[in-house]
Amino acid sequence: MRILRVAPVSALVAVLAAAVSGCGGGSSPGGGGSNDSPTTLTYWASNQGPNVEADKKVLGPELKKFERQTGIKVKLEVIPWPDLLNRILAATTSGQGPDVLNIGNTWSASLQATGALLPWDEKNFAAIGGRDRFAAPALAATGAAGKDPAAVPLYSLTYALYYNKRMFQDAGISKPPATWGELVAAGKKVSKDGKWGLGAEGGQLANNIHQAFVLGKQHGADFFDAAGKPAFTSDGAVAAVKQYVDFMAKDRIIAPGNAEYGQNQSLRDFATGRTAMVLWQAAATTFAADGMKPSDWGVVPVPVPSGRPGAGRQTNSMLAGINVAVFRNTHNLNGARKFVKFLTSDAEQRLLNKTYGAIPPVKAAQRDPAFDRQDTRVLRRTLTRSAAPLPQIPDEAQFETSVGTAIKDLFADAAAGHPVTTASVRARLARAAQQMAK
Amino acid sequence: MVRFARLRRAGLPYLLLLPALVVEVLVHLVPMVIGVVMSFRELTQFFLGNWGAAPWKGLGNYRVAVDLNAPVGAALLHSFWVTCVFSVLAVGFCWLLGTAAAVFLQENFRGRGLLRAVFLVPYALPVYAAVITWAFLFQRDSGLVNHVLHDQLHLTGDRPFWLLGDNSFVALLVVAVWKTWPFAFLVVMAALQNIPKDLYEAAALDGAGMLRQLWRITLPSLRPVNQVLVLVLFLWTFNDFNTPYVLFGKAAPEAADLLSVHIYQSSFATWNFGTGSAMSVLLLLFLLVVTAGYLLVTSRGRKYADG
Repeated sequence: MRILRVAPVSALVAVLAAAVSGCGGGSSPGGGGSNDSPTTLTYWASNQGPNVEADKKVLGPELKKFERQTGIKVKLEVIPWPDLLNRILAATTSGQGPDVLNIGNTWSASLQATGALLPWDEKNFAAIGGRDRFAAPALAATGAAGKDPAAVPLYSLTYALYYNKRMFQDAGISKPPATWGELVAAGKKVSKDGKWGLGAEGGQLANNIHQAFVLGKQHGADFFDAAGKPAFTSDGAVAAVKQYVDFMAKDRIIAPGNAEYGQNQSLRDFATGRTAMVLWQAAATTFAADGMKPSDWGVVPVPVPSGRPGAGRQTNSMLAGINVAVFRNTHNLNGARKFVKFLTSDAEQRLLNKTYGAIPPVKAAQRDPAFDRQDTRVLRRTLTRSAAPLPQIPDEAQFETSVGTAIKDLFADAAAGHPVTTASVRARLARAAQQMAK
Repeated sequence: MVRFARLRRAGLPYLLLLPALVVEVLVHLVPMVIGVVMSFRELTQFFLGNWGAAPWKGLGNYRVAVDLNAPVGAALLHSFWVTCVFSVLAVGFCWLLGTAAAVFLQENFRGRGLLRAVFLVPYALPVYAAVITWAFLFQRDSGLVNHVLHDQLHLTGDRPFWLLGDNSFVALLVVAVWKTWPFAFLVVMAALQNIPKDLYEAAALDGAGMLRQLWRITLPSLRPVNQVLVLVLFLWTFNDFNTPYVLFGKAAPEAADLLSVHIYQSSFATWNFGTGSAMSVLLLLFLLVVTAGYLLVTSRGRKYADG
């Protein structure tokens, strides 16, 4: 009878072992893709339109066009944002993924570190018309410095300062602010009787990071040193974070309630006339959805110390956007390159960026009336002149979580009436830095 | 031959069990085993593509998790205490509300069916829709909670924040209880149907009032059901991810920093899967110990009661 008792246990162990080893394969290191299936491609597109169906309608005809040109059939899957990183990580660990995929450009360096994406060396870039076709800041957000990019810019976005014309007029403000001093002055004029100067999303970690990063640049501080180590507690970084939180704590031009905003409530407040200004990326469609006419709001570049945006300390936006990457394990390498070339061609860039309200990172495609409206002109100029990518380091996600949370907590302090001092800011940032250290 | 036949007969149940066993292993055990294996490795973004090559770290991940002098360990311990207090309170209120409602609705009156159905609504709603609605109710400036407490009843001097600071614990508790108590209600209601009516009639003849009947008949009869109910409620609450995540997003306020979200934040959101796995394994061990201890204590008590 003993043998019978052993049998099920050993069967269990055998099944376990088989299953574990079966799942543990992963991708072979250094696998370079192949051309085994030259007539099909799988494309994972990020959700850029109002919903997944809308994206399918936009991309469908373009994929047909590509099929007519090349004979390659593209299988499209539009993936909602909450799932996209999950799906990419699953594809990375299993080695079973799409041929071509969209990634958020802040993920570039992290995904580059996994080795799952095809590096864009000179040869690969030559296949899509060369690096020079792309705006430099967009190209800088495609992977760690000194390495071949892990992706190619597809849609770009930058921040601008949106203001409510009527509220400015009522408060007697003749000229939209170009410096932070002017912004605070304007905000103070507006902030009374339940109305407020500036909106913020204190609970949105990524948004906190975007604002602090730009202010950091303006204070001459980077959140990471040249070796990629966190430098959150430098005087510049502390001053930058304090300046942002002080809009609520000291200047009192942000409503305390904004400390808990995390679902774009600040845009609704703006559209309904409760706040006069908001720092945002391409917000036109959201305002329209909340019933605000394009003639009711104006848009100018985000303020800088000198009043004239540029590089270095006059940087006034992080470079947001979507990159397109080729999965290293693709079975249709040539086709994938052709498809990236198609997506970054002048015509497609114009059409897709216009549809999605983004700015083309391809310089030649920027010359189109659609990118010369009151808002897109500001965004386009910012993209070419005064935007900078977030730190392109593999730990970018940890940076967003730790420092983003520190800023959220500081806003919570400010909202509760606790003092926000240089020391308290430094303490929060020091804790954030400890969470990064490994 | 006889021996072979006996072997075959004895083996048949195992053979029939095999398909279920294989599926069970694939679905349940393999991910757990992989999780445990991951907890001993340095699995970060650098090794995701070929995670067989991730270096072994021995107990390194665990050391980081339980080093109470370092920020990671201290934060984990804090989160652990918050989760313990939260779970005990949430389970207590869920059970109390569920049992009270079930006992009251045991009486026959008009509209009882409707009321029972209404009570089950929170349990039937999709979690995301329900919790995001609560998130809007709890907004400081435009939420209904502050409108009632501050604007209508003037109970608070200033508009309090519910989703930031210490109040967030209360908000989380309210939503969790609201979401889970119908389950307690449902289970207790079902159990009440099995208590023989004669017991109550006999007790009434002997002059026992409502309270005495509740204390002497209803609660003792519910005991076996309660034993399971409280355990299940505890495990669910302790592990609840959806409620805090939808309510607070990626970074919960310290006062409401539940373990599940905390682990998510220290692993998935920061690409540090090894540390996250180690924390999850610790959580699993803790829950195993609690469950085993609970079952041991409660079933021993029952044996005495039965004997």
